[in-house]
Amino acid sequence: MANVTLTINGQQVTVPAGSTILQAAEKLNIFIPTLCYEPILTRPASCRICVVEVKGSKNLVPACAALARDGMVVETDTPEVIEARRTIIDLLLANHPMDCLTCGRNGDCRLQDYAFMYGVRESSFSGEKHNYPLEDDNPFYIRDMNKCILCGKCVRVCAEIQGNSVIDFTYRGFNTKIAAFMDVPMSQSECVFCGNCVAYCPTGALQEKYLRSHARTWEVQKVTTVCPYCGTGCTLDLNVKNGKVVGVTSTDGEVNGKALCVKGRFGFGFIHHPDRLQQPLIKKDGRLVESTWDEAIQLIATRLGEVKAQYGADAIGFLTSARCTNEENYLLSKLARAVIGTNNIDHCARL
Amino acid sequence: MTNPIADIEGANFILALGTNTTETHPVIATKIKQAVRAGGILAVVDPRQTELARLAHYHLALKPGTDIALLNGLANVILTEDLYNKDFVAERTEGFAAWKETVLKYPPEVVAGITGIAADTIREVARGYARSANATILYTMGITQHICGTDNVLAIANLAMLCGHIGKPYSGVNPLRGQNNVQGACDMGGLPNVLTGYQPVADPDVRAKFAAAWGVTSLPEQPGLTVGEMMEGAAAGKLRAMYIMGENPVLSDPDSTHVVHALEKLDFLVVQDIFLTETARLADVVLPAASFAEKDGTFTNTERRVQRVRKAIEPVGEAKPDWQIICLVATAMGYPMQYGSPAEIMAEIARLTPSYGGISYQRLEQGSLVWPCPSPDHPGTPRLHVGKFARGLGKFHPVEYVPPAELPDEEYPFILNTGRRYFHYHTGTMTLRTGALEEYYAQEHLEINPADARTLGITDGDRVRVISRRGQVEVTARVVDTVPPGVVFTSFHFPEVAINRLTNTARDPVAKIPELKVCAVRVEKIA
Repeated sequence: MANVTLTINGQQVTVPAGSTILQAAEKLNIFIPTLCYEPILTRPASCRICVVEVKGSKNLVPACAALARDGMVVETDTPEVIEARRTIIDLLLANHPMDCLTCGRNGDCRLQDYAFMYGVRESSFSGEKHNYPLEDDNPFYIRDMNKCILCGKCVRVCAEIQGNSVIDFTYRGFNTKIAAFMDVPMSQSECVFCGNCVAYCPTGALQEKYLRSHARTWEVQKVTTVCPYCGTGCTLDLNVKNGKVVGVTSTDGEVNGKALCVKGRFGFGFIHHPDRLQQPLIKKDGRLVESTWDEAIQLIATRLGEVKAQYGADAIGFLTSARCTNEENYLLSKLARAVIGTNNIDHCARL
Repeated sequence: MTNPIADIEGANFILALGTNTTETHPVIATKIKQAVRAGGILAVVDPRQTELARLAHYHLALKPGTDIALLNGLANVILTEDLYNKDFVAERTEGFAAWKETVLKYPPEVVAGITGIAADTIREVARGYARSANATILYTMGITQHICGTDNVLAIANLAMLCGHIGKPYSGVNPLRGQNNVQGACDMGGLPNVLTGYQPVADPDVRAKFAAAWGVTSLPEQPGLTVGEMMEGAAAGKLRAMYIMGENPVLSDPDSTHVVHALEKLDFLVVQDIFLTETARLADVVLPAASFAEKDGTFTNTERRVQRVRKAIEPVGEAKPDWQIICLVATAMGYPMQYGSPAEIMAEIARLTPSYGGISYQRLEQGSLVWPCPSPDHPGTPRLHVGKFARGLGKFHPVEYVPPAELPDEEYPFILNTGRRYFHYHTGTMTLRTGALEEYYAQEHLEINPADARTLGITDGDRVRVISRRGQVEVTARVVDTVPPGVVFTSFHFPEVAINRLTNTARDPVAKIPELKVCAVRVEKIA
């Protein structure tokens, strides 16, 4: 494919034809803000926060959609560009609750980041504000449509990634709102609560219910690991606060990108469930009672040894686990085969 | 899977058999939907009208257990209409002539009689699969959990070879595996007949290699018992002790009354788990294990991708990671077993396992690796059978349709089909304790067709009793037309609807997989 060479902020860059100005700028590590843009989704170029100045163009152009052309001269932070971006933020804030102090997405919000970056403390417009009730009808995520900036990412995620098209733009003008068909609560819609919309939402309009009410964004450590449910092998981030898993967020997984399902994203509560076994148990007089590790391990060694001595190694069977790690499965096979001396080992692959 | 998950998106034709993908593998289902969105054709073979079936261009609602007839019928059309890939068959396969004789016995009209699918639909789907530049086959337990599960898979492989839709991108024979590390558990020798990387226990050289590495004089030579055979052995008093790590056979295995009886009969039972499962309650010793969030390790996904599992928190209470527990037991039995970390265990696995030979934690930190990955400089093998099959030539296996082991009769007039739900997982030990999933999807139900419900006087929400020759459960009826007349469906997630009390232990003779997808039941309204 042919290449094009353009100049951005005085620096020359060569990119494949068909690249956008934004992609060319990324190659130069030049920052351009975006709200509605997402590389893997279609590009409506609707938020206009990414506008830049192109020499010879009458208007500012959206960098996320405008294609780089040979010989193009682009400036990303002229006073006109900055003013346009400030105005966009100003207009968005005109209908946005200024409750960052208590917002669960405080510290993880593009609108907040850009307001800070461009010094927009509050809106200079006064007028009507939405006062939608908080949508809290399911145990997975909350929707606060007062905080929605109508970037439409969630609509495109639901259609283009999840493939369900459960939500879309409804109503008109100022009353435009993202909703399910007939504007029913999500729990009455076809929503499967994968939460992939939440993963892409740039503001506090969509929030993981448990995570955002139990931890501020800067309090959590993220540990990248693999989902414990089905065989797809989705990568996810466990969010840890004070030694406890308080939530799951998307990262850029090799298999799944940012996509997860309801179990992977919202099914982590079992980790700290009070039913978790925390102590070895030994059956005494028909009841399981707590014991020490030493006592339990010794009992196992003794009893397995006795059974082996009396009935032979093949009188012992092992079930290893499709839920455990490779290393653990390997060791249980070693225990069965090398230590006990039986090939009686299997697991639930057939079930 | 022969091909990576990402390949699904690029397929022109997807044949999905016995897979309720949107519920059981939701993220893989997104790839199917994206393929359809891009113009791909989707054919779904499933007795039930699943979400995937509703999305499909063709829904082949076959009678349960008639997959071989259908697959042979598809091959028959492709053969008789001369649509097959002659170059591929000539250069890459063997056994074609003998196989062809069998397939010619399955013209579409005959297959229509067995499967209940119109002959013309069979023709259209066969043509679509054969003529597509790239076609992929996806399947899960709807194919394998039958007494003819192995033959079902062979029939799928025959079809893929016939059209040359294997060994290239966007195609292949792709089982979607159901558990996070079921692939890895098999890879690691968690099977009675093989050591790691499917090295047979019957091979003396393999045994000698492992015996030397493990510091023992010899290793057992005879393949051991599968899970179903262990339960029978326990019931018969031949198996005297069991050690169960992270499994819940009381809910997951067929004929659970028999499973409970078998486990109770053991002299000694150890269960190592994160919860006091229905199985753990029967144990003599229960060991508290760390959850996935509390340990380091690797999982191998359905496309053979080995990925790092990372410790995020300390084990709760006195729980320990399973690998540490096993070391303690081995050491207490006079076999000192010590590892500083799971990375050391992986190094040992890599030394003993050709397909994992190039896998190390150091490399996995840079990204996942797909086996076979035989050496440290090998990039991994996302696609199998490119240019050459693992066995050399691909072999056509003639397979014949056999009916399921237990078909409906007057006393038990319905077929019970079981599976999973989107909001829950396997025996529910985890998903019923999340504070979210079980709140949203709190109660199980039995799906029954409106025509059947009417006959039985059942309305939506009625309590019903489902009874087989082996057991019974009570459950709430949901009257829906997504199950065909004569078939009822529910999941095995909920202990209060322990549906495996009813299921049949009849097994495939090779894979020993039980026929969980078909057994005969009757349904009674509870007055």
